[in-house]
Amino acid sequence: MKAKFLIPLLLFIGLVVFLAIGLNRDPHEVPSPLINKAAPAFEASQLAEASKTFSPASMKGQVWILNVWASWCVACREEHPVLVELAKSQVAPVIGLDYKDKREDALAMLSRQGNPYALSVFDGNGRVGIDYGVYGVPETYIIDKAGVIRFKQIGPLTMDLLNQKIYPLLTELKKS
Amino acid sequence: MKKIFLIALCVMSLGSALANEAAPLADDPVTEQRLISISEEMRCLVCQNESLAGSRSDLANDLRREIRILIKEGKSDDQIRNFMVERYGDFVLYRPPVKPVTWLLWMGPFIILAIGIAGLLMYLRRRNSSIPNTILTDLDNQKIDALLNSGNQKEG
Repeated sequence: MKAKFLIPLLLFIGLVVFLAIGLNRDPHEVPSPLINKAAPAFEASQLAEASKTFSPASMKGQVWILNVWASWCVACREEHPVLVELAKSQVAPVIGLDYKDKREDALAMLSRQGNPYALSVFDGNGRVGIDYGVYGVPETYIIDKAGVIRFKQIGPLTMDLLNQKIYPLLTELKKS
Repeated sequence: MKKIFLIALCVMSLGSALANEAAPLADDPVTEQRLISISEEMRCLVCQNESLAGSRSDLANDLRREIRILIKEGKSDDQIRNFMVERYGDFVLYRPPVKPVTWLLWMGPFIILAIGIAGLLMYLRRRNSSIPNTILTDLDNQKIDALLNSGNQKEG
């Protein structure tokens, strides 16, 4: 008889648990459908030297990182020291994708804050970004030797994320 | 400080959005009509409460431009929807497709309704059986009649 009175309480607790999970999830983090798919091909001019182009196909056979950034992006400035650290570790080359930016602004930012990128691709109209499903800069993709996207971070990288997730993943991918 | 900056940013972006709003509508009303009907069914990823048709965010602008190009290339509505889903996932669609991952979403309300009806039926059946069925004898009926009659007489 007593157990019956507990049913509404249990239902309420269940509801609270679901609401708590819902509240603690970031609605801006939409899982990317591109995970475990081939990184979309493109050919775009480089930021520093407009006459040279870059294509993901040229990275085949190595694990690399694609970091989407822009000079107008405030969170990218926060992320910048972490990228410098990542580049210094030389675990994997970091390629920048300068998203919807002006060349001179982007170059000025790199010369002011330091350049963690092996090279940056210039995506002035955001067309490459659309193929990669970019919707909130900064975003970071880890691409394996076969050219498959294995990880995507939406929002700035942090030192914790580097140590706990990115470095282990990179070493694992490099082994395979 | 951050807040002030954000407000300023909103106000400024509002101005520029108003300034170049009307430009792309001019060229082709048929394309625009299709663009609107497709993009009204899609979520803008930057401002998630807005449709792609209604959002003024920069990304929405770019995506509308992209859809416009696809329409001009003669792509069907399904092909255009696939283009978006390949990049942003089912999340961009306001009507999620029916597939194993979304079965619970589509069927869930009906399952809960069925559980509710089953529970109600069980409760009603149990309540019925918990009231003992008494069989009235002739003597009982006479008593009842007597009681009813005495009541009527008092009222009368």
